[in-house]
Amino acid sequence: MPFIANTDAQRNEMLAEMGMTMEDLFADIPPQLRHDNFDLPAGISEQQVRDKLADIAGTNMISLTCFLGGGFYDHFIPAAVYALMSRSEFYTAYTPYQPELSQGTLQAIYEYQSSICRLTGMDVSNASLYDGGTALYEAMMMALSATRRRKVIMDTSVNPIYRMMIRSYTENLAIALAEPSCEQGMVNRDAYDRLIDDDTAAVIVQNPNFFGCIDDFSDLAEMAHRRGALLIMSCYPIALGILKTPKEMNADIVTGEGQSLGIPMSFGGPYLGFMGATKKLVRKMPGRVVGQTIDKHDQRAFVLTLQAREQHIRRDKATSNICTNQALCALTAHAYMSLLGKQGLPEVAQLCVDKAHYAYERLTAIPGIKPQFRGKTFFNEFVLDLPCEARYVVGQLIAKGFAAGFPLSRYYDNMENALLVCVTEKRTKEEIGMLAEALESVL
Amino acid sequence: MVKEGLLYTKEHEWVRVEGDSATVGISDHAQEMLGDVTFVELPEANASFAQNDPMAVVESSKAASDVYCPISGTVMEVNSPLEDAPELINESCYEQGWICKVQMANPQELDTLMNAEAYGQFLAEQS
Amino acid sequence: MKLVFEKSVPSRKAFRMGPRDVPSSVSIDESLLRKKPADLPELSELDVVRHFTELSRRNFGVDTNFYPLGSCTMKYNPKVNERIASYPGFAHLHPLLPQLRMGGMLTQGALRVLYEMDRFLCEIAGMDGFTMQPMAGAHGELTGLMIMAAYHRSKGTQKKYILAPDSAHGTNPSSAAIAGYEVISVPTGNRGILEPEEVRRHLNPEVAGLMLTCPNTLGLFNPHIAEICELIHGVDGLAYYDGANLNAIVGQARPGDFGFDIIHINLHKTFSTPHGGGGPGAGPVGVRADLVDFLPVSVVVKRDDGTYALEYDRPHSIGYVAPFYGNFGIILRAYVYILMLGKEGLKRVSQNAVLNANYLKEKLKDHYDLAFDGVCKHECVFSPTQAMLDNDVHALNIAKSLIDRGFHPPTIYFPSIVREAIMIEPTETESKETLDRFIAAMIEIAELALSDPQQIRDAPVTTPVSRPNETIAARVLDIASIA
Repeated sequence: MPFIANTDAQRNEMLAEMGMTMEDLFADIPPQLRHDNFDLPAGISEQQVRDKLADIAGTNMISLTCFLGGGFYDHFIPAAVYALMSRSEFYTAYTPYQPELSQGTLQAIYEYQSSICRLTGMDVSNASLYDGGTALYEAMMMALSATRRRKVIMDTSVNPIYRMMIRSYTENLAIALAEPSCEQGMVNRDAYDRLIDDDTAAVIVQNPNFFGCIDDFSDLAEMAHRRGALLIMSCYPIALGILKTPKEMNADIVTGEGQSLGIPMSFGGPYLGFMGATKKLVRKMPGRVVGQTIDKHDQRAFVLTLQAREQHIRRDKATSNICTNQALCALTAHAYMSLLGKQGLPEVAQLCVDKAHYAYERLTAIPGIKPQFRGKTFFNEFVLDLPCEARYVVGQLIAKGFAAGFPLSRYYDNMENALLVCVTEKRTKEEIGMLAEALESVL
Repeated sequence: MVKEGLLYTKEHEWVRVEGDSATVGISDHAQEMLGDVTFVELPEANASFAQNDPMAVVESSKAASDVYCPISGTVMEVNSPLEDAPELINESCYEQGWICKVQMANPQELDTLMNAEAYGQFLAEQS
Repeated sequence: MKLVFEKSVPSRKAFRMGPRDVPSSVSIDESLLRKKPADLPELSELDVVRHFTELSRRNFGVDTNFYPLGSCTMKYNPKVNERIASYPGFAHLHPLLPQLRMGGMLTQGALRVLYEMDRFLCEIAGMDGFTMQPMAGAHGELTGLMIMAAYHRSKGTQKKYILAPDSAHGTNPSSAAIAGYEVISVPTGNRGILEPEEVRRHLNPEVAGLMLTCPNTLGLFNPHIAEICELIHGVDGLAYYDGANLNAIVGQARPGDFGFDIIHINLHKTFSTPHGGGGPGAGPVGVRADLVDFLPVSVVVKRDDGTYALEYDRPHSIGYVAPFYGNFGIILRAYVYILMLGKEGLKRVSQNAVLNANYLKEKLKDHYDLAFDGVCKHECVFSPTQAMLDNDVHALNIAKSLIDRGFHPPTIYFPSIVREAIMIEPTETESKETLDRFIAAMIEIAELALSDPQQIRDAPVTTPVSRPNETIAARVLDIASIA
């Protein structure tokens, strides 16, 4: 039997030594609760399973040229990233409960936390959360707990998938959630001025927002802080390579999806929720945290810290129910950031900007296509206003070999013709030209 | 060690009464159970608590314990040196390690607390 | 060892970007840009590779050492799983593709994996529908409790309490609290299991449900499990099965047959996906037929023509708990594992896991205090003897001494209802030879604890660091190196 070590002879030997039969070992399960005839297939060999899964993988269409973003990006991943995260000393370990045996994982996570702080400008970071959406939810819970207030304001320019997640999570809780509409693709300051009150725990925004537009939320931070509320920002980490940091805008908590930092798209996961915060909020931060200390010989050492508030000790009074982190994904992101480095990350970000703007010029030059939000500064995504329904256009372009973008009508009313187009550094000038030709041909 | 002259709760808080003010801390037994205290989350000044409400948190590397308000009232003063020196709870739980001073709203509640002798007996029964 | 930042050399680069085939004419207004670049390392590719390789050598993993961490099911992670997860047809698949018009047809393979995994898990657990979305065990618990709340809401009742035994994983009470419930902790009886009378004593009409691990964290199967589920149903509560310990009964019995209504399964335990140093895992949630409508969106369905599709229009659904379809890469690995083992293989998994645990228990019970005697399932729980404790040798010291002998220690100080618990879970992938070496080490430590306790208290001596100071870590709170 694959993956099971003991032979039948050894099994019998062990049972004999114990004076027991295999049935004795399961005698504590009442017979009427046993189940014998499982309707499952017979096992197959490695060769069979690899062939079978190669066939299954083959029915997934990955040959489309990808202009699809929406918070999940097709960035280039250096080979060394995969090589490093594939070291089984990392991936076959578990939570570093025994620090002496886990200095590799612990130091990697400490360095990851440091990289996230350096990238976002924030004072502290945790060892990661499940994904960008749950990270944003955890940030919201953190703000509710820190302010002891019950109201949250979340802009409609925040990723609609995250907004739906947050609505689900808060269904059974006494939390008032307001979602003011954005104005021309940007946060409408007037609405916030009216909405933020003495019971507001947090204002949640995104940069670049779901439409790709870049903003400076310094004024919103000031508006929130004046009334005792916190500013939470969801961010795209590649964009942080060049954009004004959440810290420079005085945000209190920053979260984001770390997938773009060297993690494959893998049909939605596993991904990486990163989180940074001000020092003041460190004890409200959920999840695992690695700290630096010294060992009994005064050598540098790393341990899990701030664990006293976590669920295995504090049970129903814990700051969060999150028990694990996405350690391997955090390690992957850390390897990616280390390889790209201080110069490489801004270069990737700038390349994304340059290619996206080139595509914007090419595509908006097509007769009948207009920009949806004219004159707004964007990073590597922008919204086109097509002369017909975007979802049909996208359907036609699939046949021509393009995933041309994301039709916004799925999540926004009155935007039937709006198409969100994303361009990463992987796209070439030639591919952009071919998309422009294909798009023009189907209009 | 149980200090004479103080009142105690089953949750191991102590209370020192001076007029209508009650100084609150955690007992020697409590600090010993926690081990090295690494952080104290103090209540906010002017916050009001009912008896048995959680009002503060004392954290060590192995546990985080709520401190329950032993007597209803309003917080008049907190021991802010604990923010930088949480170890005062271990070193001097009855003196420098006090947590806050509460203006009592209902001093009759003091009757529900134990004196040093009763608390000593309570601890003996617990072990 | 130096931090990666401390190895940095100004202007050194590992990576060339590009192609840069478009004009670099764009300038974003300076007010929107950061003042200086993030201070990430400046290293060559070899520098980075050496750094991470050096880090990896400071880790124990299943591939390097026996790792009997109780309640964590540290079984071998087959290499073929990793290979298949990296197939471009899976790794490069954008999650938004099926949301495009006719896009479901572009991802038939991925949808098939999700659909078939749903069917497999339903059969293994005795449930009627699964969601693959929860991204960890605790996330599964929260999802299950949200389903529980939706069920009670749909009946027009608002319930308040969740029962959980005092031996439960800490995530149970924590998830219940996050879901908006108050937790009633039910004491474990002196046989080490939850007794029906205790459950009855704590029942009231406001009880929304019960969360239970079976076998429990002591490795004991509760023979009264069906009766307990019935008691909960008697107050219109739901019984939640925490599948953390499913490895003990997989292929032998099904939680659905016991009377459980909701279950989560930790794919990173029973179904061999790597633990990753603490994640990513996956915690799919299964429910019985009348709860299927509450499952999160989307749900994968198989159409009459044999194609697969995602369903979003489900008015009773609790909504979204994950951005997409769960940790697909993890689900895929578990799917491959189930295909390879098949029906007979899964049955042998639990047989060998239970055999190995009982073998360890029998061989060690004369040397350590056994918390509860009798047949155990996938794990057993010991304590140091009184004589060891009198010598100031504690569970922690025994754990650290195992390190010097080349073993990852068992889980210690959990479950908390056992004093100085040492919780050992060998799993089925370990051989008798490995178990015998571990037993010999444990016996040697037991003897030294009495004859030379100082040696045990000084451990470990073979690791790169020894006894890091956790108090200093928590007081100083240096959790990031910021330039």
